Amino acid sequence: MRPARLSVVTAVATAAALTAVTGCTEKSDAKGGANSVSVTATDDKCEVSKKELSAGHVELAIENKGSKVTEVYILFPDDRIVSERENIGPGTKQRLTAEVRAGSYEIACKPGMKGDGIRQKITVTGGGKTAKRDPRLDKAVAAYRAYTQAQADETLPKAKVFTDAVRKGDLAAAKKAYADSRIGWERTEPVAESFGDIDPKVDVREDGLEEGQDLEKDWTGWHRLERALWQDKKIGKREKELATLLDKDLLDWQKRVGKAVITPTSMANGAKELLDEVATGKVTGEEERYSHTDLVDFKANVEGAEKSYELLKPVAAENDPKLTEELDKQFAALDKLLEKYREGGKDSYDFVSYDKVGKADRKELQDGVNALAEPLSKLAAAVVKSK
Amino acid sequence: MAEDNTRPPSRRSLLGWGGAGLALGAAAAGGAVAMTRSGDEAVPAGDAGAAVPFHGAHQAGIATAVQDRLHFAAFDVRTDDREEFVQLLKDWTRAAARMTAGHTVGEGAHGGLAEAPPDDTGEALGLKPSRLTLTIGFGPSLFERFDLSGRRPKALVDLPKFPGDNLDKARSGGDLCVQACADDPQVAVHAIRNLARIGFGKVAVRWSQLGFGKTSSTTPDAQTPRNLFGFKDGTRNVSGQDTSALAQHVWVGEKDGPDWMAGGSYLVARRIRMNIETWDRTSLGEQEDVFGRDKGEGAPVGKAKEHDEPFLKAMKPDAHVRLAHPDANDGATLLRRGYSFTDGTDGLGRLDAGLFFLAYQRDVRTGFIPVQRNLARSDALNEYIQHVGSAVFAVPPGVRDKDDWWGRGLFTGEA
Repeated sequence: MRPARLSVVTAVATAAALTAVTGCTEKSDAKGGANSVSVTATDDKCEVSKKELSAGHVELAIENKGSKVTEVYILFPDDRIVSERENIGPGTKQRLTAEVRAGSYEIACKPGMKGDGIRQKITVTGGGKTAKRDPRLDKAVAAYRAYTQAQADETLPKAKVFTDAVRKGDLAAAKKAYADSRIGWERTEPVAESFGDIDPKVDVREDGLEEGQDLEKDWTGWHRLERALWQDKKIGKREKELATLLDKDLLDWQKRVGKAVITPTSMANGAKELLDEVATGKVTGEEERYSHTDLVDFKANVEGAEKSYELLKPVAAENDPKLTEELDKQFAALDKLLEKYREGGKDSYDFVSYDKVGKADRKELQDGVNALAEPLSKLAAAVVKSK
Repeated sequence: MAEDNTRPPSRRSLLGWGGAGLALGAAAAGGAVAMTRSGDEAVPAGDAGAAVPFHGAHQAGIATAVQDRLHFAAFDVRTDDREEFVQLLKDWTRAAARMTAGHTVGEGAHGGLAEAPPDDTGEALGLKPSRLTLTIGFGPSLFERFDLSGRRPKALVDLPKFPGDNLDKARSGGDLCVQACADDPQVAVHAIRNLARIGFGKVAVRWSQLGFGKTSSTTPDAQTPRNLFGFKDGTRNVSGQDTSALAQHVWVGEKDGPDWMAGGSYLVARRIRMNIETWDRTSLGEQEDVFGRDKGEGAPVGKAKEHDEPFLKAMKPDAHVRLAHPDANDGATLLRRGYSFTDGTDGLGRLDAGLFFLAYQRDVRTGFIPVQRNLARSDALNEYIQHVGSAVFAVPPGVRDKDDWWGRGLFTGEA
């Protein structure tokens, strides 16, 4: 966990400047008009009254004729959300408005509020055009968005194994489930951190608390439980409460992760940030100071970075083949180095306890991270060079 | 990344003439006299802002008048790919030529793509070249790589263990080193930082040392600096202008072998920790006896002036000067470029300070080793110092021109 994430702020600002689209869900003064679209949602359909719209103010008149609660989105081609309306009950009507520039969009209905939704393509013409982006990059962003969502979806049940064990007071089982419950989070940390409020609740370390914050009252999340399990070696009433709170906060993450602003640049920088996480917190052993499971986080951070990279690689390789060649090499080298510390089978996440990793080996890991992170810092430039 | 010496922002543009004093640096660099001209004013090269020519028969930073500050870094090679390593040496050479002239690395520190980190880290923007010199050396361990064992110079021996050594592996050795000397510490640190960055993935910093307050000079006419014990050090150092002494004691001769080392030198680096607190509690009389000089003037025992010829027998048998003097070591002479260091305190409240000793010589076997053997055995100073880091490097000859690069002779087999 890092207290401030500059590049995320930058990414958000960049995205806002690029698209200049405002999602505004409650604007009642724009009833009817040429840019009004009727959306009829059922449990298996999402019908729209028109698919060609003019740039500017757009209003969706939504009617849920199905049996499930639904939600409706206006989406960019890369699945970023332009505007959304949640919790549309069966038999109810809702309005959704947005300021939209020329370009391609999709309207999605999500019956049961789950999955990718039923999609309809719409085209907006006229007015100022949004900058055209390489469709391969839109694809990469959409795939990465799906990845971050999947990581969150898969994390919740794993976290529950951990929190259930805590609630049962089963110290051994809780210790065993701890590192595994963090993998999905560690793989996609920059996205999770972009929300600002979730990270301090679930992943803050003792030293991340502010002056005046109470260690017992205000410190929540994984690392607070880590300390209880490994250092205090006991589970009390407070720990059980914290386990339930962790479930709740992670649920919040899972629900919001799809709404994160993700751009090709933020993906590339996110990959570099994951390596920064390794360089500043994991190599030093600060992150998991009680459990010493730092190498599990390390592995997950590298995997997350590699995912971003693999998705951006088709474009980056065209613009800067030397860079992607170097990145392939350095990812492979770092993966190989990490293998030295894997204790379980091929795909296991059983790694050597980090307090058993000596100074010289830590230096070697740091050198490996530097060797990868330096060229990785050039990935964003290789992606934006694209015409 | 071309050698464009005119593109802004240029630190050189802040300069006037390289001027007369530069001849000193130029002579040291093998007589390749080069002047920097961009104005009408004449500024002597002794001026802290000037640029020292990078190209020449010998590397700058050895006989060059000693600058005020040091950042020394030892690197480990992390690649097994010879071609990749050679490319790094070429990239480093290009960056070094630019930085010593006061220019930024690559495309500069700003004005590039917003999405990419700048090529240059930027902290030296607006600063003068500050007589920055960058000097490369190759450690014995490098010759075990890349099929180079046949080219390892015989004079590049592993140092023996000296009595009293307490060497920290993490502060010793290295496949290669870069010595950055400048009159502005920011300029020296900037240079090492940028080279390290260019090197990531190919080389990794093994250890590094910052130094201040040169403890010896290669300009004996100037005032002799003092070490942290408060004594003048390097009174009898080799002068950077004494070409015959340099040829005799410092530069590797054509017949010394191997061919690629002709015009080069050998560097011994030692981190010498000083027991500052106990020294400060030592009586003046003992302090002066330990060195064999007086503290105020620096005159040898029984003499009046610093530069008076010392009468060794008048000193105590274990006096530092007596044991270190060439007369006590079969004429062994070193060119010293050491710096003081203070790395804060050591956790016990003691000043973590001392002397980062750098000595250049024609052959380590006849240079540092006999002198240090003599000192390690009986120097009275040993009570107050401890050698805690050690490294030795073969320093190749100078980069001749724009097409030449650091280590070309070693890697291509051409002298």
